[in-house]
Amino acid sequence: MAIKVQVPTPMREAAGGNAEVAVAGATVKDALADLVRQYPALGSKLFDGGKVRPYVNIFVNDEDVRYLDDLDTKVTDGVVVALIPAVAGG
Amino acid sequence: MPTDFATGLRCRVCGKLYPKGPTNFCTDDFGPLEVDYDYDAIRANISRDKIARRPKSMWRYGELLPVAGVPSVGPQVGGTPLIRADRLADALGVERLWIKNDAVNFPTLSFKDRVVSVALSKAREFGMRTVGCASTGNLANSVAAQAAQAGLETFILVPADLERAKIFGTAVYGAKVIGCTGTYDEVNRLCTQIALKYGWGFVNVNLRPFYAEGSKTMGYEIAEDLGWRFPQHVVCPMAGGALIGKIHKAFTELTRVGLVDQPVTTKMWGAQAAGCNPISDCVKSGRERHKPVRKPTTICKSLAIGDPADGYFAAKLMRDTGGWAEDVTDEEIVDGMLLLARTEGVFAETAGGTTVSVLRKLLEQGRIPRNEEIVICITGNGLKTQDAVFEAIEEPAVIKPTLAEFEALSGSLTAEPVLA
Repeated sequence: MAIKVQVPTPMREAAGGNAEVAVAGATVKDALADLVRQYPALGSKLFDGGKVRPYVNIFVNDEDVRYLDDLDTKVTDGVVVALIPAVAGG
Repeated sequence: MPTDFATGLRCRVCGKLYPKGPTNFCTDDFGPLEVDYDYDAIRANISRDKIARRPKSMWRYGELLPVAGVPSVGPQVGGTPLIRADRLADALGVERLWIKNDAVNFPTLSFKDRVVSVALSKAREFGMRTVGCASTGNLANSVAAQAAQAGLETFILVPADLERAKIFGTAVYGAKVIGCTGTYDEVNRLCTQIALKYGWGFVNVNLRPFYAEGSKTMGYEIAEDLGWRFPQHVVCPMAGGALIGKIHKAFTELTRVGLVDQPVTTKMWGAQAAGCNPISDCVKSGRERHKPVRKPTTICKSLAIGDPADGYFAAKLMRDTGGWAEDVTDEEIVDGMLLLARTEGVFAETAGGTTVSVLRKLLEQGRIPRNEEIVICITGNGLKTQDAVFEAIEEPAVIKPTLAEFEALSGSLTAEPVLA
């Protein structure tokens, strides 16, 4: 079992058409680095100057990483990392 | 009827242009998309006279909205009163105060009728049969009502602990209401996932660029009712943070298309509840981006969005225009509701109480001068959030229907009897 990254529809083309990609790593940062290593086209969509773009929200097992340790949040095998665009409303 | 002058959707971060369609973010950087218009063409086609001859609804400014011709949903929405509020002005110690009263908007008594009218008109244009939203209540009411009128199937997802009146006021129209455990932000995320997977028309997700444009009409109406000019200050409640930006955008557009011949110098002020204040905290702390509030705790549920997607833009706008943001306690929110009701006869929901009390705070801080023109935006009706004021209202006295009992009760209140 590996860490699974869920890729939202608009990013799938850059992820070889995959809705889910298996990655390895000990933190969210590592996991995303592995994702970009496998699919380099995702790099500029997710990051700007080494920082995650402000409208990309990252969830680890349904918890927003901003409430955890952000990119340093620990991940282990079986964990699901979801990438979801920020949206508003009310 | 007006032509559709919208030219496409533009990323607010990188400026990339997309064709008009049910999509809400840039595929390059996930930045939010916004409707782009051919303002030169609008300028050549619009005039104050033309607008004055049209019915008093938000659609009289149709050239500045992304729908062609007669909207298929909500043609009567908007056109709410701008009230000169002299008694509230006296109570707050200011000279010139107006209330933009969307507590009486048609059909569901909140400003959300404006955004939903645009969103569902577009949903029909895009051939969608199923629509929905994530909502703190007012949006749910409006989507349910207007989707019923449009004959669309509706899924509404709300936090399960919402005010009962807002849940009833959604289910009554036949919408499928789903209460989710968790916060608004969690519900919103679920809707994003559903919209991406099923392609349904979620008004605040994949129809968002069109939806948000509806809010501008509050700004057009304020300017027209003031005689085609702008107030010096606008105080606005903030949930997702979009409304404050859209009112200001409306003002700049009116200048750009020649309907108002003065530059926009209005200062924009934002109101939040202390129990969920990511945007006002961002402004006050000087941070560029807001820090999300994980578990909002306030009676003002309609503003309880912990992670407002327009938070960055709202905070920047307030700084750029010389405004500021504040937040008030639940007790102050109730005080604000009662003050507004008892001075102006306007029963606003908790967001209105928040706005009134934030204005009071900004005046006390000396940030808004007392002799300048102020408009406060009331965005929803108090009948929907009665729970918030139940405890603050005295129970009525009960008497037998006899004159003697009435006189015994009201002795101190009665003046001279008319007939001895």
